[in-house]
Amino acid sequence: MARPGGHPLVAGTGDVMAVLTSTIAWFLDPAHWTGVDGVPSRTGEHVILSVLAVVIASAIALPAGLVVGHADRGERIATAVAGIGRAVPSYALLILFVPFFGLGFSSALPALVLLAIPPILVNTVTGIRDVDADTVEAGRGMGMTGREVLMDVEVPAALPVIIVGLRTSAVQVVATTTLAALVAGGGLGRYIVDGFARQQDDRIVAGAFLVAVLAIVTERFFTWIQRQLEGRPGTLRLDVPIAPSPFGGRVAD
Amino acid sequence: MIRWDVIEGNLPLIASKLLEHLALTAVAVGIGLAISALAAYFIRGRKRLVGPVTGTFSLLYTIPSLALLAFLVPVTHLSFLTAEIALVSCTLFILTRNILAGLAAVPTDALEAADAMGYGRFGRLWHVELPLALPLIMAGIRIATVTTLGLVMVTALIGFGGLGQVMLRGYNFRNDTLVLVGFVLTVALGLAADLGLGWLGRAVTPWSRARGT
Repeated sequence: MARPGGHPLVAGTGDVMAVLTSTIAWFLDPAHWTGVDGVPSRTGEHVILSVLAVVIASAIALPAGLVVGHADRGERIATAVAGIGRAVPSYALLILFVPFFGLGFSSALPALVLLAIPPILVNTVTGIRDVDADTVEAGRGMGMTGREVLMDVEVPAALPVIIVGLRTSAVQVVATTTLAALVAGGGLGRYIVDGFARQQDDRIVAGAFLVAVLAIVTERFFTWIQRQLEGRPGTLRLDVPIAPSPFGGRVAD
Repeated sequence: MIRWDVIEGNLPLIASKLLEHLALTAVAVGIGLAISALAAYFIRGRKRLVGPVTGTFSLLYTIPSLALLAFLVPVTHLSFLTAEIALVSCTLFILTRNILAGLAAVPTDALEAADAMGYGRFGRLWHVELPLALPLIMAGIRIATVTTLGLVMVTALIGFGGLGQVMLRGYNFRNDTLVLVGFVLTVALGLAADLGLGWLGRAVTPWSRARGT
């Protein structure tokens, strides 16, 4: 059955092979690779919005986390931020901001930044706090100033844990940027939301595939950096807390 | 900004969506726990299986929920099944990992003592290993539940979503009150689940409090 725009309507057939074939055809269609709604343009929007959100969140959470972790004070505030951050769903934040900031980018960016802050903040504070006390003492004994101890001793030792915080944030942000399409934002979520609205299974599945690949690539990228820093192959995922209290002695197993 | 008459007029909708939210979450965590318990039971002690199974669950956890829903809709349509498959998929990694970590943390002394007392395989698992693993298992349930409460909202796109549906209606009809009500209830639900399950976790493991952990 032909649809306006020439897209085959497969929605509702439940025929997996038909969906797969039409999705492959969708990717092979040159029309889907050019213009504002083309794959390169939508991927670009997705990546730019995600990177911007993580960079802004880092600019806020990294210095704050370093100060709190180094001073060993104010961790109750950091814990509270983390707890509330966990309880506020990204979807809820995104829609909440529309009446205040308007549609699209202007709502999506602040929502994404707020979501990206808690994991970076918590991991930075925990990472700095958990640096071996003897090592810090040795630094002080050598006559290092507080600033030197932080930058030359604590930060290098805490870096793998901080990178895990960045990874958690980045993967969450890439996932949530997909939802930005709901509030008239761009990015790869457009294909899924528009596909739902127009009942085009090929568009829906193509969008889902692109989003999934981007999320996995992001996760792998940060895992790779983390392993380079640790200098050993790790198989454990540290980004999902094993115990809810971020200051229960370990951030993850 | 808040219009109380709108809240009053939509009270039945809000109540039913709140219940739907709780039901979707409870079913997802329940099924997720059953699958994770079975998976953990079969793969523990089998090193060659642990990697592939937790790797698969980890992959399902990484794929954004909206993408997961989108993959499923052409096959299982806009159905309760679609919503639940996506939600359960996201709980598997958290629950399986915490169950395995909990069992791995059981002290060897306790296992040897249980063997010496003549416990069989299941007796030892039920009477010794599970109680000792309970704090980490409860922590997993707590994290999985709070995560699922948030993910349920995304299923509003396929006609479910509980409070996500309330917010989506508020958004579609430019009704700020509904948006705010949905948001406040969602956050309250997440915090209540976090605190409530934290309390439950301590209540069912009174011995761990005595040790000060």
